[in-house]
Amino acid sequence: MPAMRRPWIPLIASGVASTLCYGLLFAYQGEVMAAFTRTDGWYPLLPVVTALVFSLAHGAFTGYFWEVLGVKARTPAKPQLEE
Amino acid sequence: MTPDQFITLEPAGVAFLLIVGFIGGLVSGFIGSGGAFVLTPGMMSLGVPGVVAVASNLCHKFPKALVGAWKRHKYGQVDIKLGLWMAATASLGMWWGAGIQQDIRSAYGEAGSNLYVSLAFVIVLTIVGLLVARDAARLASGRAVEGTSRLARWVQSIEIPGTMVYFRVARVRVSILFVLPLGFATGLLASTIAVGGFIGVPGMMYILGASSLVASATELVIAFVMGLGGTLKFALGGFVDIRLAMLILLGSLFGVQLGAIGTTFVRPHVIKVVMATVMLIVAISRALVVPVYLAQLGKMSLAEPTMTLLQRGSFAFMVLALVAGAFIIIGALLRGYRTARG
Repeated sequence: MPAMRRPWIPLIASGVASTLCYGLLFAYQGEVMAAFTRTDGWYPLLPVVTALVFSLAHGAFTGYFWEVLGVKARTPAKPQLEE
Repeated sequence: MTPDQFITLEPAGVAFLLIVGFIGGLVSGFIGSGGAFVLTPGMMSLGVPGVVAVASNLCHKFPKALVGAWKRHKYGQVDIKLGLWMAATASLGMWWGAGIQQDIRSAYGEAGSNLYVSLAFVIVLTIVGLLVARDAARLASGRAVEGTSRLARWVQSIEIPGTMVYFRVARVRVSILFVLPLGFATGLLASTIAVGGFIGVPGMMYILGASSLVASATELVIAFVMGLGGTLKFALGGFVDIRLAMLILLGSLFGVQLGAIGTTFVRPHVIKVVMATVMLIVAISRALVVPVYLAQLGKMSLAEPTMTLLQRGSFAFMVLALVAGAFIIIGALLRGYRTARG
């Protein structure tokens, strides 16, 4: 069985991005909460945009995390055939 | 709401959100939904106001569903067209359901609203949960293979000119007139008990004829659309606590990835086993608090300690539902993994 290439570099890059996201959120939580609970102008979009950015960074990190641990999908599963 | 009305985060609360987030994510990555029924009351027990708990849960739900849907799309399991058609009317169902909730609350107060939600939980989850459990038991015993139900065969045989749509991934050709009401029911249930997937997934399997793998994966598309719309609605009122939402997301993205990977290792009936287990335990949990709400409405008498006991028992069963689901998934994943490696 060929040795599996583990995506260490993407894991580290996405890990740094994810840590930055969470670090900034909690380092400035007072300012963040003040802005994110405003109901005027474009402010209500802030939680949505933030959630999407976090899902990109942290979603990539968690994907690579399991891959580096060797937990990968068995095969690209085909949809179940009926009957 | 003003920022000072939001809670101060304590380490125990953070740990709770991370752990429940992970388990909820694992279950949703596998069966398409789950977690909200523990996360919302769980956040409230930390002192988060109800509306903020609902809003923050929705704000973690749509990015989680996005990541889960993307992952399962890569495995060829997501029928995007079916998901978007269902989501279109699910949004209407959510809007209508919220109106019903509001009417009940203004007529019968908070206890009346809670009673309505709990009864909806008990009735829907018992009926659908038993149906799914029976099917899962038949498949697990090897007496049958996953196929199209009699109802789905009938639905597929109905030709209504101008309304027939072919869903390529689901391999189903049905009239859109069957898909739209199903989406509406999913949204209606989502607005009532926060987990529309308990109707959406069985509906796609038993009414439209999609496989459990495709139905559970497609549900993530619906969850994404509904979660996004719901978050915007609550953000317009300033109710989203982004810290809570992102903390739950921190754990749940680890879970949703693992749950999605798990679907490629297990036999299809395992999805149904997990779904039935979670649904039936949650039904017991909600049945326990029905007497509490009846007592609050003055329809029966119940001592205060008994009410507290029933409420605690109910929450314990909610947690048990998620943990049981997670155990079955991890057990099945490990077995499948060992088999695959020979």
